[in-house]
Amino acid sequence: MRTYIPLIIGMGLATYLPRLIPLVALSDRKIDDRVREFLYYIPYTSLSILIIRGIITADSNMKIATIAGIAIAGILSYKKGNLVLSVLSGILLSFLIINMSI
Amino acid sequence: MIVEKSIHYKVKQGIVVALPIIIGYFPIAMAFGLMAKNTSISFLDTSLFSMMVFAGASQFMALDLIGAGVTWANIILATFLLNLRHLMMTASLAVEFKSIPKKFLPLIGFGITDETFSVISFNKDKISTSFVLVLNFLSYSSWVIGTMVGYIVGEIIPAPLQTSLSIGLYAMFAALLFPEINKSKNIFFLSIISAIVYIILFYSNLFTSGWDIILGIIISSALGVVFFINSSKEREK
Repeated sequence: MRTYIPLIIGMGLATYLPRLIPLVALSDRKIDDRVREFLYYIPYTSLSILIIRGIITADSNMKIATIAGIAIAGILSYKKGNLVLSVLSGILLSFLIINMSI
Repeated sequence: MIVEKSIHYKVKQGIVVALPIIIGYFPIAMAFGLMAKNTSISFLDTSLFSMMVFAGASQFMALDLIGAGVTWANIILATFLLNLRHLMMTASLAVEFKSIPKKFLPLIGFGITDETFSVISFNKDKISTSFVLVLNFLSYSSWVIGTMVGYIVGEIIPAPLQTSLSIGLYAMFAALLFPEINKSKNIFFLSIISAIVYIILFYSNLFTSGWDIILGIIISSALGVVFFINSSKEREK
């Protein structure tokens, strides 16, 4: 088997640097209000995008299970506010749907 | 009166919020381990992938590209583009990490993924060095150990269970986001706007995967600033 270590190091840097640089560079800088506002919205916009991306890129036979799992978890956490319970319910529901459709 | 919470308590909080990530990462990491084995990568290299890269989507993509005979330089470039979104995420976290000593930032930065970022962002009141380190460490351990277990015994988990466990990560994103929608109308509209912006970017086919995500985040967050500039002044910072 060939060794992939140079590739692994390169990929490691390619993932680490975008994670590290803003943390260090912005940590004690005065940030403009507009920019702060922009940064404040990032968790909401990125989560929405990751969720919608998960749905539109899911295999067509997994789409219903994916949407159902996301929906039940969202609704439960909206009503009860319990993260672990919501996620487990999402997993269980999508598991049931996948098994029914096989 | 603010009660100083003990390290023990912060560690416990970290463990509780890490649970969904641990549950979600493990089977995906197992799938990675198994696929790497099928791509004839050694156990050592497979483990090193998860230990040093620690980025799910990039690692799966790398397997694809290795199989397709793409050069290593191009795989590294593609990894960089795919992870550029973390620039925006860690920039957003930097504002919240004021209380964390600078010497811990290189270590904490290494553990920021879509999932740990989301959990930290929606538990801002809990942010402390020990809370973030525990959360990151447990998520990382689940990813690395899952990879190794998958390489050795990956065949034993039935595919439907694997899929539904990986849907669990999206369920977690939704479980984090929905209660926030409840708190503010602006957040609700912004979530809808983000979804629409991303759908347009995705189906326009103008951008490769990675660029569409980061552009989506930038455009919709900027739209948020433009649309809600007045209401934001009411929110005390």
